Amino acid sequence: MFYREAGDFKTSYVDDNQTFPIKFDRYRYYAVLLIAFAIIPFVLNDYWVNAVFLPFLIYSIAAIGLNVLVGYCGQVSLGTGGFMAVGAYACYKLMTSFPDVNILFHVIISGGITALVGLLFGLPSLRIKGFYLAVATLAAQFFLVWLFNRVPWFYNYSASGQISAPERTLLGIAITGPNAPAWAMYLFCLVFVAASAIIARNLTRGAFGRKWMAIRDMDIAAEIIGVDPLKAKLSAFAVLSFFVGISGALFFSVYLGAVEVGEVFGIQKSFLVLFMVIIGGLGSIFGSFAGAAFLVLLPVFLKNVLVAGLGWPTDMAAHLEFMIVGALIITFLIAEPHGLAQLWRVTKEKLRLWPFPH
Amino acid sequence: MNQMSTEGYVTPDGRKIGGVMMEMRNITLRFGGVKAITDISFDIREGEIRAIIGPNGAGKSSMLNVISGFYVPQEGEVWFRGAQRPPMKPYQVAQQGIARTFQNIALFEGMSVLDNVMTGRLTHMKTGMLAQAIWKGKAEREEVENREVVEKIIDFLEIQAIRKTPVARLPYGLKKRVELARALAAEPSLLLLDEPMAGMNVEEKEDMSRFILDVNDEFGTTIALIEHDMGVVMDLSDRVVVMDYGKKIGDGTPSEVRNNQAVIDAYLGVAHD
Repeated sequence: MFYREAGDFKTSYVDDNQTFPIKFDRYRYYAVLLIAFAIIPFVLNDYWVNAVFLPFLIYSIAAIGLNVLVGYCGQVSLGTGGFMAVGAYACYKLMTSFPDVNILFHVIISGGITALVGLLFGLPSLRIKGFYLAVATLAAQFFLVWLFNRVPWFYNYSASGQISAPERTLLGIAITGPNAPAWAMYLFCLVFVAASAIIARNLTRGAFGRKWMAIRDMDIAAEIIGVDPLKAKLSAFAVLSFFVGISGALFFSVYLGAVEVGEVFGIQKSFLVLFMVIIGGLGSIFGSFAGAAFLVLLPVFLKNVLVAGLGWPTDMAAHLEFMIVGALIITFLIAEPHGLAQLWRVTKEKLRLWPFPH
Repeated sequence: MNQMSTEGYVTPDGRKIGGVMMEMRNITLRFGGVKAITDISFDIREGEIRAIIGPNGAGKSSMLNVISGFYVPQEGEVWFRGAQRPPMKPYQVAQQGIARTFQNIALFEGMSVLDNVMTGRLTHMKTGMLAQAIWKGKAEREEVENREVVEKIIDFLEIQAIRKTPVARLPYGLKKRVELARALAAEPSLLLLDEPMAGMNVEEKEDMSRFILDVNDEFGTTIALIEHDMGVVMDLSDRVVVMDYGKKIGDGTPSEVRNNQAVIDAYLGVAHD
């Protein structure tokens, strides 16, 4: 009834190209931004930030990156965990080598370094496709984790083999380290999330997005209209690893503070982010958020309901979580390959006509 | 076989055809021991509609694939605009201004009609990744400029109403038209059409023929097409190459080809007595 585009005419191609062509959507988007930036920082506490908001925001960045590669360009990567580790270790080395440089730049440069590594591991994608490419990226995952475990230079020869983030400030407020206030960490990550989402959206709606989607839908036809498959695939790998590197850097420096690479950035992480993208929706920026929110909130929700509410043992709740996530992934792959984002789209279509069926 | 002067010629309906744009010299293409094309030479002239016809398996599509860079012939030379073309990847051929459509539609099913046609402009869009990420400014300007070109083609092919429809939902005839739109969006100098009318009914064929003539007329695009419908070929094309079993058996204007004994034999068969 209230949600429709009647009377919302576009008079220029710029208007027609907007991210949210329907007015209602546009206002809702502004409202979400307002709440996220101006209201949530004042009401949240340590528990919410550490259990929900930080992981959600950081995983969102990784999911956006992986969605560019898997959802838009149609290539597979199981190396997300490894690339996150590259971002984390790059950030650590930068933080300890250049303590005077602002943490903001450290995180961005970490993304850039990861992008270069991603380019290297993206090279096989020109020759191999599908499962074989997945296995090749799996090699990246294991190699990178092995590398960071075995070469002491990466963890500054520390006895434990761990890396831990020293305290760094932005505008006089601690962002990393144990004294960082919850709202500052939240806002710091939120800025990166917002920027990532906007950049990903801009890339995917323009020429690069079309190149990627052309490669995804039919690579032979893409080549015949003038898309260089090498450049298109490698640029997708670079964008993927840039975002994943940033998320890895934030995961280490802001969220965890101390990291043991095999534990944190193992193969489970690659799968977790891939599941986020699949459940959330391939080829949708919103889907990346939805998937990240879903997989971050599900364990929190189950823990609160089953353990705190029904008094179940923790391990049973944890096992149940595995079962639910597994079942959901199968369900989504069969019933709705485009994930939560598609459900949302269908709901919007329905809403446009509601309450009349036609 | 008629030899025309290098200056070009004038068609019976008064269109001026220019000099040689693309020339195939003694092309031979083999797949292992199978010869798909044997020693074929012909040229395509500026502004003409050139048809390649022949029975099934004659090597017509292989010939088109040689032109568009999918196959590299074992022998022979491809000359384009007065220079011999080195072996090229298909995307490099596209960047030279040669666009094509496919016999089996090769559209991007996951994208809307508009996005599909916009992909045709990719060779014209040069904005770097950084400018794209910022969007406002250079990238947006480029997008709008190219959108204007695309909208003209959408207008021209009368597919305005399905602009935002996902391609997967379109019927066959419209998909063929969208594929033509995508090829045209590149503003090619040479357009290759692989059976543009396959599987269409009479009205759709008439529409498509009209579009092909209009494209040639309005944009001055040189067109090389493969087609099975003899009526269409004879009406549309200025000159026809006839192939059979990978060999050229005829070349000339439709009326010359029609009276060529080898062509009649290939199409109607020869009495074995």
